[in-house]
Amino acid sequence: MNGLRTPLSLVKGLGAAKTGTGHWWMQRVTALALIPLALWFCFSVAALPGSDYATVKAWLGSPFVVTVLILTVIATFYHAQLGLQVVIEDYISGHGMRLAAILLVNFLCMIFATVAIVSLLKISLGA
Amino acid sequence: MSAHKNQPISPHLQVYKLPLTAIMSISHRITGVGLSVGALLLVLTLIAVASGEEAYTAFHSHLSAWYGQIILFLFTFALYFHFCHGVRHLFWDAGAGFNKEDMDKFSKLTLVSAVVLTLLTWFVVLVSG
Repeated sequence: MNGLRTPLSLVKGLGAAKTGTGHWWMQRVTALALIPLALWFCFSVAALPGSDYATVKAWLGSPFVVTVLILTVIATFYHAQLGLQVVIEDYISGHGMRLAAILLVNFLCMIFATVAIVSLLKISLGA
Repeated sequence: MSAHKNQPISPHLQVYKLPLTAIMSISHRITGVGLSVGALLLVLTLIAVASGEEAYTAFHSHLSAWYGQIILFLFTFALYFHFCHGVRHLFWDAGAGFNKEDMDKFSKLTLVSAVVLTLLTWFVVLVSG
């Protein structure tokens, strides 16, 4: 039973780290969250009475809209980061290049999500 | 081993006709990458709105131009394709829909659903002005 475990893991006696399926699981969790969020986003934007500045700003002035949009932004970039990482792992075989590409995607997704959230807060709080 | 040296290796993508399921699978991946890039449009729009009316009007003139509308339409379809095929993946994760005879049926259902959702969304755009 213990034949496959490393000496360190035997000493610690903690069992598996339990994060082996974390990437796969969060891809599904964010996908599930994006089902209502994406539908809400598409149809809300489509149903706006116009696309001029006043209309869009008024729509983004609602706390409900901003809250749901922030959730959408977080779920979207989390999901994108996980998905792009799988694509990179499949097609980039060099270790250095692969790590660099994954780090770049990680950083960019965090930056874009943060910029989007700050923009939404600025619009809604009028800072 | 040496006797087989010159034989093509399956699936040999250049001459192999991909089944519908395989085309759907690679399309899911391509639309996923495309949507990640397209998500920047949302970020840029939010930056423009937050920057004020002048910045938004300048940005909006591109979105409402013919090329902007084409990009938005393609973005909508890519989103719904990825959405519908993603739901299919969730069913697969639950262990359902793996029968051979179901494969093409659900591929077609996915495609039809994506087209219907895209047209429905743009119909809402048209009637809301």
